[in-house]
Amino acid sequence: MTTPLLSLSALTKAYPGVVANDSVSLDIGAGQVHALLGENGAGKSTLVKMIYGLVKPDAGTMQMNGAPFTPSEPRAARAAGVGMVFQHFSLFDAMTVAENIALGMENAPKLGALSAQITAVSESYGLPLSPDRIVGDLSAGERQRVEIIRCLLQEPKLLIMDEPTSVLTPQEVEILFKTLRKLSAEGTAILYISHKLEEIRTLCDHATILRLGKVVGECTPRETTARDMAEMMVGKLLSTPTRAGQTAGDVMLTLSGLKAPAPNMFGISLKDISMELRAGEILGIGGVAGNGQDELLAALSGERPVAAGMLRFKDTDIGPLGPKARRAIGLLAAPEERMGHAAAPDMSLTENAMLTGATRMQLQNSGFLNWPAATRFAERVIAQFDVRTSGPAAAARSLSGGNLQKFVIGREVMQKPEVFVVNQPTWGVDASAAAAIRQALLDMASEGAALIVISQDLDELMEISDRFAALNEGRLTPPRAAQGITVEEIGLMMGGAHDMEVAHA
Amino acid sequence: MDLSAINPVLFIAGFFVAATPLIFAAIGELVVEKTGVLNLGVEGMMITGAICGFAVAVETESPLLGFAAAALGGALLSTLFAFLTQVMLANQVASGLALTLFGLGFSALLGQSYAGMKPPRLEDVDFGPLGDIPVIGPVFFSHDIIVYLGLGIVIAVWAVLKFSRAGLILRAVGENHDAAHALGFKVKRVRALAIMFGGACAGVGGAYISLIRVPQWTEGMTAGIGWIALALVVFASWRAFRVLLGAYLFGGLVQLQLNLQGAGVAIPVEYLAMSPYVITIVVLVFLSRSRSAAPGSLGRIFHASS
Amino acid sequence: MIALVKRPEPSRVFSLAAPLLAVLATMVFGGLLFAVLGKDPIEAIATIFWEPLFGEFAFFYRPQLLIKGAPLVLIAIGLSLGFKAGIWNIGAEGQYIMGALFGAGAGLAFYPLESAFIFPLMVLAGAFGGWVWAMIPAVLKVKFGTNEILVSLMLVYVAEQFLASMSLGLLRNPEGMGFPGSRNLQQYSSAHNADLIAGSGMHWGVVVALIAVIFAYVLLARHRLGFAIRVTGEAPRAAAFSGINPARLVLFCLGMSGLLAGLAGMFEVSGPAGQVTIDFNVGYGFTAIIVAFLGRLHPVGILLAGLLMALTYIGGDIAQSKMGLPAAAIQVFQGMLLFFLLALDLFTNYRLQFKRAEAV
Repeated sequence: MTTPLLSLSALTKAYPGVVANDSVSLDIGAGQVHALLGENGAGKSTLVKMIYGLVKPDAGTMQMNGAPFTPSEPRAARAAGVGMVFQHFSLFDAMTVAENIALGMENAPKLGALSAQITAVSESYGLPLSPDRIVGDLSAGERQRVEIIRCLLQEPKLLIMDEPTSVLTPQEVEILFKTLRKLSAEGTAILYISHKLEEIRTLCDHATILRLGKVVGECTPRETTARDMAEMMVGKLLSTPTRAGQTAGDVMLTLSGLKAPAPNMFGISLKDISMELRAGEILGIGGVAGNGQDELLAALSGERPVAAGMLRFKDTDIGPLGPKARRAIGLLAAPEERMGHAAAPDMSLTENAMLTGATRMQLQNSGFLNWPAATRFAERVIAQFDVRTSGPAAAARSLSGGNLQKFVIGREVMQKPEVFVVNQPTWGVDASAAAAIRQALLDMASEGAALIVISQDLDELMEISDRFAALNEGRLTPPRAAQGITVEEIGLMMGGAHDMEVAHA
Repeated sequence: MDLSAINPVLFIAGFFVAATPLIFAAIGELVVEKTGVLNLGVEGMMITGAICGFAVAVETESPLLGFAAAALGGALLSTLFAFLTQVMLANQVASGLALTLFGLGFSALLGQSYAGMKPPRLEDVDFGPLGDIPVIGPVFFSHDIIVYLGLGIVIAVWAVLKFSRAGLILRAVGENHDAAHALGFKVKRVRALAIMFGGACAGVGGAYISLIRVPQWTEGMTAGIGWIALALVVFASWRAFRVLLGAYLFGGLVQLQLNLQGAGVAIPVEYLAMSPYVITIVVLVFLSRSRSAAPGSLGRIFHASS
Repeated sequence: MIALVKRPEPSRVFSLAAPLLAVLATMVFGGLLFAVLGKDPIEAIATIFWEPLFGEFAFFYRPQLLIKGAPLVLIAIGLSLGFKAGIWNIGAEGQYIMGALFGAGAGLAFYPLESAFIFPLMVLAGAFGGWVWAMIPAVLKVKFGTNEILVSLMLVYVAEQFLASMSLGLLRNPEGMGFPGSRNLQQYSSAHNADLIAGSGMHWGVVVALIAVIFAYVLLARHRLGFAIRVTGEAPRAAAFSGINPARLVLFCLGMSGLLAGLAGMFEVSGPAGQVTIDFNVGYGFTAIIVAFLGRLHPVGILLAGLLMALTYIGGDIAQSKMGLPAAAIQVFQGMLLFFLLALDLFTNYRLQFKRAEAV
């Protein structure tokens, strides 16, 4: 083989207490679609940050086309022909597409000329996008296109994509893959980061697998089974949760024509949502991020109450009730964002236990708080959900993401809700903790609680749901039995190619 | 009461004089807020500028050197704010208050020996025959250079924010500092520079009060104009030309109030004197609905964690 | 190379040490400032901090400590509740004035009647005056989302004009030969907030300030409402998720701080100040902001910080008369203190990490 486009040898980067990358080496050839595979925390992000000049390696070298490559900042990396599409888009909501793209370019032309270029690139790669739109109004898929086009305008030799499909519908994924194949055919190398095995098997020429900061294997994905790759990635066999297979009980929660205005300029309004939730069942709600998930959770938790008559708990109208009153009767919730929303980062776990447990766990008496009781409650959550921490006095922000997630889910589960609503229960949590959380949810359902699980991880929803529905621009599809549902059907429920509408907007 | 004592031409021309301190302070703060920083120290920077300008103008007998010193003084004080909020990551609200409290004391200290003095006069710009046109001449062409400089700065800020790359970066930093950092922009540097620009502008605005409007030095003479400038930025929805509009409206009100006092209207002086503050509150109430125009990162502390 | 690294948890040690270090740094730089002004820095610092407590005339100055400290503590306690929740009332000066006007007005309305009901009525009226003035920004914020910082501050200027109007008009002493200012309440025994023990400086305002400290301590440590205040300040979205109503907190925090500032104004005007005059207020409402921060927004800390700040007022007066130190120098000194505190606060949540420059 000729000189690779980018060659990493023995890259090492350590943070206090953890070695993020331990002597990582890999080669990427021109035009190659190279997968970087690994669990959360395996060191994928650190590695690409080093390539993109955001982080400096402690040891090891990088070469670009045989010459030493030491980007001191993203600007240098971009100048050398490296483009990166982030998992969390670094976009400016209040600005237009063209302004956003101009910000990411070294020598941006005048906005008028740039708009023409944007239109040209977006047409030639099949990524419809209008340069004058305000980014805050775009869907997640369109926002990703902004990032991709921003990179493409620089004519990169290497394009890094960090978990690009987590925000896309199956149909949008198809469009993206076509674009990527076209780029690859034109000679652009792509470093594709993911933990979704089937995707990698469809798209990538070569895969490097990371675990705990080390390269643990390489393979040609088309010739390797997903199971083998998973084993390399995880390193141990996981216990798969099992549905107890209960028949649904009484109606616990009724949504009738639930509407809610958008909470802010770039939020989503909820439109006429109706459904019933029964005791003992898990309703999985899928959908692309930003289609009303947060808003639905806020309407159900009581953070943003709705009008009378729109929401019933058993026989009680609870629409206008706030979170405290809803908790008192047995409707509990856990939002997606654990740091700052489900938990106060600078407060102790005891105080965070008090935050939602005060009423149901009898931690207060006529307005006065019983702190010893709150500490005991926090200790029980820590013990039962295997939260790794120095104790209930630790600040929430000192916990790792996965451990804090176990704490906030555990805090609600241990209050024995009759209806439990959770958004992204295992987001950013390692595989074994995710399995434990899913098992806890399944156990709750088998003990008779009714659950709504909102998630963007379709595999997770398929694993635990009895029924499935999807959110699309604030509308909920009618729920249907999860058993036997196909990927195409899910895609259509999630809104399919709704993003294509912008092409003629 | 004798309303006929109010000369309409002088009255309108007075708008410009009354509005100029506000224009400077507000356009400076607008730039600062566009980068996502809320500096509540405008009042402190203005009063510091007022005394620095006054002292230097008196000592050198050059009002223009006075204005330069005022800009420098305001910028220096704002550097303290930049240090606190950008380097020491201190709370912006508290730091801004500290700046105001410190500026009020510091200016009083500097100004002890200047009370009661008369500053040198700044000549009006000579527009030749333009100044002789009836009505239009006295209203538009009979002011000092600082009045026109204020207009020029508003236009310059508008153009830079709208058309230049520097303006684009500035807005980006204020809109989403994490994203701007990820793109490799120096968030803290941009903010520190903006804060110093804001300080210099506030300083000039303050000096306009002590050197031209009053013209005299007294402790605490800015009397809340810095705070009104902050309200004006909200009123303007963070747009440069609306700052100008707001400042003239407000300048007009102040002018009207002073003229009514002079004409001996049957309203007690105190109630006329409180009217600008009451009107500011009323305007704030009507405008607070449009908060969505505020820069996305306004008031948030930035620390690059990677 | 020096880098700032966020601590996993806030440092308790530094949280306590920061105010002390700030005081020390202020002494050093304040001393430099005094030296620049041509005064002996050591003597000036000693005059400010030592003289009032242990000097020759300490018997006279010590009661002053209570008289000047009480309004500062009272106002700062109220402010700290709001500051903790991210609600910024910076118009305490205006609420203080309104409390004084309402309180004095209620008393003077009965002049020359003597009755035991008059003083309690004045207390209520003073509290009400401050509360009403603070409810304006509170209600506007809740109803219209108006910025409470700007509104509360604008109302200071309005209150000052109102004060001028009152001391020249309605409340002017009819027997005052046309001088501005009200009757002297010290000479109206039913309305006089006198020392409870003669010459101790211990008037009703001091008692109420101590009660406020205890009240705030219990509220923040043990009560649901205090917990709601803390959560709202630390993580507003978590507060909303847990069911805390932000509008109610705004009304409570602003109302409470206005009420306490109003009380402070009423106790001042009916006691140490004695009469309503155009400039009876001396900026306690603004200095209390420094006190609140210096006391780390903690009730006990505020008590100590209030006494310290009172010390700088008294010591500053002594230095002014003995050494000719300008009054404004003390104001600068107090402002400096807040600067150092805000700067040093960084190390409560971050620590410095020294590492060698990385080879690129």
